[in-house]
Amino acid sequence: MSGKVLTITSGKGGVGKSTTTANLSLGLALAGKKVVTIDLDIGLRNLDMILGLENRIVYDVVNVVEKVCKIKQALIKDKRTDNLYLIAAAQTRDKSAVKPEQVIELANELKKEFDYIILDSPAGIEGGFRNAMLPADEVIIVTTPEISAVRDADRVIGILEANNKKEMSLIINRINPILVKKGDMMSKDDVLQVLSIPLIGVVPEDENIVSYTNVGEPSILHPDSPSGKAYKNITQRILGKDVPFMEIVEKKKGILETIISFFKE
Amino acid sequence: MLLDFFRKNKKKSAQKAKERLQIILAHERVSNRAPFLDDLRNDLIKVISKYVDIDPNDVEVSLQRDNSMEVLEINIPIK
Repeated sequence: MSGKVLTITSGKGGVGKSTTTANLSLGLALAGKKVVTIDLDIGLRNLDMILGLENRIVYDVVNVVEKVCKIKQALIKDKRTDNLYLIAAAQTRDKSAVKPEQVIELANELKKEFDYIILDSPAGIEGGFRNAMLPADEVIIVTTPEISAVRDADRVIGILEANNKKEMSLIINRINPILVKKGDMMSKDDVLQVLSIPLIGVVPEDENIVSYTNVGEPSILHPDSPSGKAYKNITQRILGKDVPFMEIVEKKKGILETIISFFKE
Repeated sequence: MLLDFFRKNKKKSAQKAKERLQIILAHERVSNRAPFLDDLRNDLIKVISKYVDIDPNDVEVSLQRDNSMEVLEINIPIK
């Protein structure tokens, strides 16, 4: 078996990289692929919490590259599927604790056993970005439709182009259909016109994400949620299926529905 | 608020964001893709000053992009 290294990155922080990584990793695993996801945002451990695996960590990625433990010992199995494993970020060490060559070596080793090695990258301006960029076969850039996020995404695309990474695609996260309709948020097409790389997904703003993250259940486990649906579609596209982009529209609630949901709370 | 309502052709903020981005990025893309320009400029000043008298502040080095063609423009006025 020879797996593919898929890196999830962004220009600036806080656009939803780790949430995206968690969802796509779990999505590919649930679709039957063997997946290992590595949190390379050293110092900022996040992915384990989003996946709900934080209390199973014994060894982290720095322990692996420093050969304190075997790779197998650092693989944390997901509780929902046998197909997904996580290697957690180190929390205490400095960001330069891992070098690109070490990640490449690790990825090459994991390629023998897994279909996908998914790297959760630090934002593009950070030093550790090279660790996640250099081993990548494919890069997914996450941005929100905000002016600063798009500008920084463009910068990352420039860096990737300069390093001959041709396989790039874009996820536009947290689109708010009401604001787009009012003309107060850039639409999917506006962003695409500015950053001309292929689109692989559009994820609507979803208020459920906060509570899903609170309990360690990525939205892909809730296929009826707007973001869960979007992540499922992206997973299918990564697998090479031609899935149409869903129309992101505001959900209209009737008066009755509003009253019912008021009492449900 | 009420005034905004009557002002018909007030540009929406998304449109403005897009226009601002297009301008910022047009500038940034040139320097991002050629991060060596500053080094090149310094090296040129060093070499040229060996042979002729120049003012380092007048040396211009830029990379112009015109659709498919890229032109490296170097302008060195001699004193």
